[in-house]
Amino acid sequence: MRNRQATQLLFEMSRPGRRGASFPPSDVPEQPLSQLIPESQLAAAPPELPELTEPDVIRHFVNLSTMNMSVDTHFYPLGSCTMKYNPKRHERLASLPGLVDLHPYAAEESSQGMLEILYELQDMLAEISGLPAVSLQPAAGAQGELAALLVAAAYFRDRGEQRSKVLFPDSAHGTNPASARLAGFDCVQLPSTDDGFVDLNRLREQLDDQTAVFMITNPNTLGMFEREISTISAMVHEVGGLVYIDGANMNAILGIARPGDFGGDMMHYNVHKTFTGPHGAGGPGAGPIAVRDFLADYLPGPLVTKSPEGSCQLQHPAKSIGRVRSHFGNVGILLRGYCYLRTLGALGLRQVSEHAVLNANYLLAKLKDVLPVPQGDRCMHEFVATAKPLAQDRGITAMDLAKRLLDYGFHAPTVYFPMVVPEAVMIEPTETESRETLDAFADTIVQIASEDADFVHQAPHETPVSRPDEVQAARQPILKWTPACE
Amino acid sequence: MAYLENTSDQQREMLETIGVASIDELFDQIPADLRLGRSLDLPPALTELDLTAHLGQLAAANSAKQGACFLGGGAYDHFIPAAVDEIASRGEFYTAYTPYQAEASQGSLQAFYEFQTLICQLTGMDASNASLYEGGTSVSEAVFMAMRVTGRHGKVVLLGSLHPEYRDVVQTYLSRLECEVVVVPTLEGTADAAHLESVLDNQTACVVIQQPNFFGCLEQVQELTEQAHRVGALSIVSCDPISLGLLTRPGDYGADIVVAEGQSLGTPLQYGGPYLGILTCRQKFIRKMPGRLIGQTTDRHGNRCFVLNLQAREQHIRRDKATSNICTNQGLIALRATVYLSLLGKQGIREVAELSCRKAHYAAERLTAIDGLDLAYDRPFFKEFTLRCRDGAESVSRQAAQAGFDVGPLLSRFPDGNPHDLLVAVTEQRTRQEIDQLADALAN
Repeated sequence: MRNRQATQLLFEMSRPGRRGASFPPSDVPEQPLSQLIPESQLAAAPPELPELTEPDVIRHFVNLSTMNMSVDTHFYPLGSCTMKYNPKRHERLASLPGLVDLHPYAAEESSQGMLEILYELQDMLAEISGLPAVSLQPAAGAQGELAALLVAAAYFRDRGEQRSKVLFPDSAHGTNPASARLAGFDCVQLPSTDDGFVDLNRLREQLDDQTAVFMITNPNTLGMFEREISTISAMVHEVGGLVYIDGANMNAILGIARPGDFGGDMMHYNVHKTFTGPHGAGGPGAGPIAVRDFLADYLPGPLVTKSPEGSCQLQHPAKSIGRVRSHFGNVGILLRGYCYLRTLGALGLRQVSEHAVLNANYLLAKLKDVLPVPQGDRCMHEFVATAKPLAQDRGITAMDLAKRLLDYGFHAPTVYFPMVVPEAVMIEPTETESRETLDAFADTIVQIASEDADFVHQAPHETPVSRPDEVQAARQPILKWTPACE
Repeated sequence: MAYLENTSDQQREMLETIGVASIDELFDQIPADLRLGRSLDLPPALTELDLTAHLGQLAAANSAKQGACFLGGGAYDHFIPAAVDEIASRGEFYTAYTPYQAEASQGSLQAFYEFQTLICQLTGMDASNASLYEGGTSVSEAVFMAMRVTGRHGKVVLLGSLHPEYRDVVQTYLSRLECEVVVVPTLEGTADAAHLESVLDNQTACVVIQQPNFFGCLEQVQELTEQAHRVGALSIVSCDPISLGLLTRPGDYGADIVVAEGQSLGTPLQYGGPYLGILTCRQKFIRKMPGRLIGQTTDRHGNRCFVLNLQAREQHIRRDKATSNICTNQGLIALRATVYLSLLGKQGIREVAELSCRKAHYAAERLTAIDGLDLAYDRPFFKEFTLRCRDGAESVSRQAAQAGFDVGPLLSRFPDGNPHDLLVAVTEQRTRQEIDQLADALAN
């Protein structure tokens, strides 16, 4: 059973003359192709794609799929990524005829059902964030950040202000500085306090009339709610700046606290995390943004609006920053988010956060003796422990622990992020895991901590491959198969 | 229904282990005055049964008016073999995430390595990344990449025949940088090469060409590429991947960066997304690429395996110095394209391209035989063309819709679009009968 028939590449399986798809013969009058397309534009031969049958292709990819860990098969406590269960009904409903086959340029009058759903989704996202204006366009969280920063820039330009700086704590996701730079701002990174919060003194030193935006994840990437968030927001507003909330950790506060109520002026959602659009082995996501009234005119369009008569239209805001993508948002993912919100309702959403926080705190309590948490005994939906004592006492690093967990059938937590914690192990169990799973995971970590260090250092032992040589990969990159590689 | 696992007994025991009396107490770290203190004002929760009925109604409100699709403009109604959905709906793929742990992700990593290879075979380029968001952002990322490669940050040239929404996206992405964006006008459906010549200089980072262009016409890509190269600018080509079953591959006429909207490769229309951004380049530029790259290497036993490669370009390592801010990409859509292309193979891609091309030319012949309808441009085209309607495009589109056919988009939808023009796209799925019926409907 352990030998999979997937280690060959498609190209190595190819045999001339095999077919995996066929099409009916042309039913229109035949003309020589050269009369339709100038010879100079015609390729001499079709592209050298592999030749395979459908059974070849199915067996190949089904076997490949078994070499993955996934939420459907394994506990996947990848911190910051909210790897919760993805309800199957969403897959079916997002594929209904009329939704899945609707062309983005279909006339508005023949898209009313779709527009109604998207309009309703905008409303729900506004209510959950406490920020009234929503654009569904951004394709992922990082694009939401960029879009919002461009909105901020347009707002300041309109007010005749030139503000050059975007501030963020050193625990921020890498996308924050990357987006700020792309949006043409100078990046100012603030050291956090020892207990992982925004250092108000450092912040005060940096705030001035050049401050455009302060970006903050709340709960922060250490899994702690920034208690001083209203003071922080007031300080930023005092110098005329805006507060951006990175919504990656919304799973902790749904229906409990709202970014708009604790001082945020703009935020993005990660629909594929918080609202169960699946993660798709890397994407697609959806990163809608919500902003205050005075920023609404700058949002990237189109937005969905509703006339007094009840019909929906697409509209670009008056002073929009312009499009951030063609067509309309990652609708397939937005539909799954809509299904989630409609089946949970207000009570269900609140329960999500309550149980996400319960599960995380339970795991923290079970693990703190072997993996201490520098930030203390309480967390929100995730926590960042350190494997530093384990590394010092036993020679087992965060990476070793991560790799060895795979042998026991657990996906690894996020390791070495955030960088402010040495040997960081970032664990986010989510609300859809049972106590039995959490117990088994905690017991396994305790066991690994007492295993032979050399053996752990060579882990994983049970996976299809072990410890790929990344240095070699980077030194001489091989990014595609070529016949010479055989 | 929130998919919760723990029974009330378990919850009580868990709280005891933590050392708190209630779940509420866990939220003490949120200051009381920042808590909502009321229920969210959301529509009441629906059961699966209710939601299915509700969405069924809304979906029907769309599909009731839908007939055969002749809509184009960057998203096309190509056939999707069942095996594509079968593989993409495997939970092992769609409920996994970014393959940070290579040992737990060889399935995704190998599939994306195969994706990169297939895309290189299709475009004739040396290297492909593992996906970007969609066609418009891919053009923007390519433009940034061209600036990094050439060291020229002052000027970017877009052909006016590039999709107007892609142009808009590039303008948005560049809006805060000191970079001049020059748009070269279109002359009779294709780029005005003389005008291009007049705006090119040794400050120009790149020329962005679309092939076939937004109006469906074939550009003189080789000549335009040579024009770019003469001033040391890069040639960026945005292409229709299906067209490469028939047309010369961009790698063969000297393109430096090739991008594409990959929706046609096995992904449904779903009102605009998620689609697939494709970005490929020449070997010497690979360290300047945005997005994830999968590389081949060996593991500690010497077995071939695959890893995320050259991560030092990316935001989670390089932060504000990264080549892009992209993190989450379009992995599952890249997987769909991988399955699609491996099913079609070299013969299948050729057939889809040829059928689409032949049927589009038949449709053009039938439609332009009607009084008041003409081709807007006398240029070679592939599967899409611009129809000029003497009495306005709006009424033609309505007439088609009444007979159950969607044509368009109307060019009046875009800034400066001619209100007499609309696009007609024909894929291998359209039958001669449907084309004849469309023509009959418009003839009356």
